[in-house]
Amino acid sequence: MRAYAAVLSARVRTLLQYRAAALAGIACQVFWGILRTAIFGAFFAMNPARSPMSLPEMVTYIWLGQSLFRMLPTGADGDVRALIRTGGVAYELTRPLDLYAFWYTRSVAMLAAPMLLRAVPLLGVAALFFEMLPPASPLALAAGLASLLCGLLLSAACVTLLTISLLWTVSGDGISRMAVIAVWAFSGILLPLPLFPEWLQPALALLPFRGLIDGPFRLYMGHIPAEQAPGVLLHQLGWTLALIALGRWLLGRGIRRMVVQGG
Amino acid sequence: MPQIVVEDLQKRYHVAERTAGLWGAVRGLVHRRHRVVEALKGIGFSVERGEVVGYIGPNGAGKSTTVKVLAGILVPDAGRCEVNGRVPWRERIEHVRRIGVVFGQRTQLWWDLPVVESFELLRDIYKVEPGAYRKSFDDLVARLDLGAILDTPVRQLSLGQRMRCDLAASLIHAPDLIYLDEPTIGLDAVAKLAVRDFLRELNRTRGVTILLTTHDMDDIEALCSRVMVIGEGRILSDGTLDGLRAQVSGERRLIVDLENGSGAFEHEGVTVERREGHRVFLRFDPRQVPTAGLIGRIAARHAVRDLFVEHLPIEEIIRRLYERIPA
Repeated sequence: MRAYAAVLSARVRTLLQYRAAALAGIACQVFWGILRTAIFGAFFAMNPARSPMSLPEMVTYIWLGQSLFRMLPTGADGDVRALIRTGGVAYELTRPLDLYAFWYTRSVAMLAAPMLLRAVPLLGVAALFFEMLPPASPLALAAGLASLLCGLLLSAACVTLLTISLLWTVSGDGISRMAVIAVWAFSGILLPLPLFPEWLQPALALLPFRGLIDGPFRLYMGHIPAEQAPGVLLHQLGWTLALIALGRWLLGRGIRRMVVQGG
Repeated sequence: MPQIVVEDLQKRYHVAERTAGLWGAVRGLVHRRHRVVEALKGIGFSVERGEVVGYIGPNGAGKSTTVKVLAGILVPDAGRCEVNGRVPWRERIEHVRRIGVVFGQRTQLWWDLPVVESFELLRDIYKVEPGAYRKSFDDLVARLDLGAILDTPVRQLSLGQRMRCDLAASLIHAPDLIYLDEPTIGLDAVAKLAVRDFLRELNRTRGVTILLTTHDMDDIEALCSRVMVIGEGRILSDGTLDGLRAQVSGERRLIVDLENGSGAFEHEGVTVERREGHRVFLRFDPRQVPTAGLIGRIAARHAVRDLFVEHLPIEEIIRRLYERIPA
């Protein structure tokens, strides 16, 4: 375990070196947050009665999304991509570590570090200046945080899967772009999931994407009551385990057919 | 039992081929052609504990493939391979715990982190005890003269500094066997000497077995008690450097400095390689023309200021050996 913790911490320290990027990212997120709450507010004003969410809930959902969007799985691990392109991946296999666990740890770090770096100031700004709601209750906060952690684990499983796909496609851009579209469409980051049409809801409930941010956000706001938290967590963990199993199987196959070129 | 045993090891690569140009690219979408490259055509050797073995061959001969199989990175198609009694790719994690690897063209250090943090990360990855780490760390820092660069991010290091750090990184967990794939590539003369001195000491004091691939024959001459030559996926020669010389050519070179550079220079069984001013380079085979007699005859016929006999340079030997490889 110590080894994986060390990998995690090294990765966080690496990412923390890029403070300017984080600051720019925060400014950008604030701008989009203002824009999106304005747009959704305008829609809401047209027909408040039919909305499945109240305006303050929607504003809160949007600001949570702006603050935490870096935890979404939108591409393979850039470091491993570079290693695969340059052949440095050979060194990864000379470590006495389970390669899947190694890469999964890298994915967790890749998502968690920038997310934490941005989330704290952004949530502060949103709560102070943009009317983001506090958690519905202490229990709702606990359920939201637990679900957020599971969402991170789920997201890391997705990233690791995208990373493993690089063993076949090298550049991996195609698969990553498709993944980005699916994540943007079905996670709730673009449009809160409760606002999707009724007939799509069963499918959304089944897909893994709602476990990324929608579940945690709605638990936090009490839009999903805290009693239903176990169901949300089970859905997240079930998908996480399934994606980990798939990733492990693919990685095993990928390594057997791997060719490390050159040198 | 030898530390490394390899028998009839084979590895094929399937390489997708594409015809050049736009039309080739389009055709490649529909129909892929594959070419089979036989990187290893059944090689075999064994290495005893504490040996320093040079593994040489032209580019594409299969050197790196062998090293990657021995390191547990690649799975061969056929043949047997055991290192420390383990099959590398089948028991990869246990296997790599006890070996160190350096690929000279790549770094195993974390690019954005200070050197010392990469070492600490490797300490945690290999689960090195704090006491053992301290000892190994101090030893490596002293021997490789790393003190001044420990806090520098790896991306700011020169190639020679980086290579010294990479060597240290491969030894943090005190392996008893290391594979070095072109460890002196791109280094300047001073850095090369530092690396060679370090490796020689490492072998002498800690008894670490070293398998080294290189294109630099000075590496071989300075370090290796044994040389294996691979070409076209087969082992062509395996033995001492002197044995290799004898196998390829028993010839010697005689260099004569004359008082007066002009004049013909003809002796039976001797070829004049070239002349540089007053210096004449001769080549002969001592089995046909005994050295002492030849020197006597030359001294009798010319005004000699100085002369000396040497082996053919190792580059020359290797070039001749490579030329024998069937293309």
